[in-house]
Amino acid sequence: MTATAHTPVENDTRSLTTASDSARAARRRSRGHDSDRSAGRSPGKTIIVTVVLALVAVYFLVPAYWVVVAATKTTEDLFATNGFWFAPTFALWENLGRVISYDGGVFLRWFANSVLYAGVGALLATYFAAAGGYALAKYAFRGRDTIFGLVLGGVLVPGTATALPLFLLFSQMGLANTYWSVLLPSLVSPFGLFLCRIYANATVDASLIEAGRIDGASELRIFHTLGLRIMTPALVTVFLFQLVGIWNNYFLPLVMLSDSDLFPITLGLNNWRSQVDRLPEFYELTTGGVLLSIIPLAIAMIVLQRFWRGGLTEGSVKA
Amino acid sequence: MTVTRNITTAGAPASARRHRGRAGSGGAAPWVLIAPFLALFVLTFILPIIVAIGSSFTRVTRSGLFGEAGVVTEFAWFQNYAQALADGNFVASIWRMLLFGIIQVPVMIVLCTILALLLESASARWPGFFRAAYFLPYGIPGVIATILWSFLYVPGLSPIIDIAAVVGLPLDFLGPSTVLWSIANIVTWTYTGYNMMIIIAQLKSIPAELYEAAKVDGASSWRVARSIQLPLIRPALVLTTVFSIIGTLQLFAEPQVLQDVAPAIDSQYTPNLSAYTTAFAYNDYNVAAAQSVLIALVAFLLSFVFLRFTNRRSS
Repeated sequence: MTATAHTPVENDTRSLTTASDSARAARRRSRGHDSDRSAGRSPGKTIIVTVVLALVAVYFLVPAYWVVVAATKTTEDLFATNGFWFAPTFALWENLGRVISYDGGVFLRWFANSVLYAGVGALLATYFAAAGGYALAKYAFRGRDTIFGLVLGGVLVPGTATALPLFLLFSQMGLANTYWSVLLPSLVSPFGLFLCRIYANATVDASLIEAGRIDGASELRIFHTLGLRIMTPALVTVFLFQLVGIWNNYFLPLVMLSDSDLFPITLGLNNWRSQVDRLPEFYELTTGGVLLSIIPLAIAMIVLQRFWRGGLTEGSVKA
Repeated sequence: MTVTRNITTAGAPASARRHRGRAGSGGAAPWVLIAPFLALFVLTFILPIIVAIGSSFTRVTRSGLFGEAGVVTEFAWFQNYAQALADGNFVASIWRMLLFGIIQVPVMIVLCTILALLLESASARWPGFFRAAYFLPYGIPGVIATILWSFLYVPGLSPIIDIAAVVGLPLDFLGPSTVLWSIANIVTWTYTGYNMMIIIAQLKSIPAELYEAAKVDGASSWRVARSIQLPLIRPALVLTTVFSIIGTLQLFAEPQVLQDVAPAIDSQYTPNLSAYTTAFAYNDYNVAAAQSVLIALVAFLLSFVFLRFTNRRSS
């Protein structure tokens, strides 16, 4: 590797050593942790700590438990019986059937919209952030620092601060109240780019890129076959983050959308909830809908929390 | 650059045209790679910020009773800002969020730090289950979480109020003095697990040698937590605190949803709710833009002050 022969940035050699360093540290860490766990455990302490953690778990799980119970009740029972226990009449399937069929299946439509916004949005946002982060990490080009500085500023700009002006902008462009008005802002993740840059810096080896070049692969091909594969752990984290972010977003669709056919599930369910005062049947629709909307996410959170641990937080914390 | 770049990747014909001009810096490749992100970033971050700042400095006046005699747009200096700051309710909402943040952010950070330390202490059973249980609320959208909790707050529906009444404890979650803390509870419930995960990630990066050395020295768990773990997770604590401060000033969904059941929440309860009301109820986009800029500025300022404060203490 001679200094003049290639383009990547000068601190690549440094990142190489940090990459191997952190790999070694990770190995050390995982070994050390096992020995940690076996030592210094006393039964009394285990019981106390576990009881404390269990009590805290009750706090975090109570609302979810309540909605499971509430979704099995008829509207009368909802008010007449204790909220933490089931009523004699078990109306869960009826309730869920009404949720799905109400208003020509609008609930399923909202759900599909959310899947579209969050799924497509997170997938593309991850790809764009990966490409941008890789470019910033692996090439020295004019304007690189300016771009990075701007994006870093973008991380700190509150999402809701841009939503109002974005609405003004999109209405002038005729994009307000369309799928695009929610999808386009979801495709950008400054935080994701920030993370991908750190990760690419630390893991994508300059000599590997050089080897790819010697083999005659184009720069873009090197990124798509080599870069993306090496960056996968970071990409999973960016994807999950963006997915949850878009799925949970409320302010942006609220500002942008007026046509209820375009609503994501958050907006739709709140629309139902706001009608409970006039029509009590909406209590059942809302609790049933909340239950149905939580189930896939709860499963996703439990399955995916192991992926969450690594990349994202370590990278961001170190920076 | 002796590398031959035959661009074969699909979807990148543009690079073939551009790369010749920029040899020596990776050619056009970095620009092709970053172009989609950059274009969208400009469209959804830079332009709206310019629009917001621009419209916060302009004034639109309509002449004629219904604006039929024409619309005049003129530069208004700080008139919109003056109007926003003269609005007592808007300023009060910022103070309200500061009060909220001073209590809620430390409570949440302390709670998630304790949970992270306990889960990593190896004295707990089923740490995987507890971690998942605490993290679960993060996957529930703020609106849905608020709908859930609002059912637990409303008299007649809430089993918590029923149970407390049996014990002779009258609870009112939605009164003028309590509703702010009911919102704080929803926010804490949603984000504690998420912040805990960030802290756990940093705890895992502490080298095992340090623990071993502490064990040799006969240090207690409490001593290990205070002298090793807490100092070393400082960056994670700073990061989660800054994000929490920014999040506090953005509070919107929770008060907006609770509005229907809590008369104590007016349309200007939080700064964001205030900007939303100004824009969509009063149709005054210029003042709303000024409010948005002010909210972002306060968030920046607080984060900056906090970072300066923590930096000074560490050095």
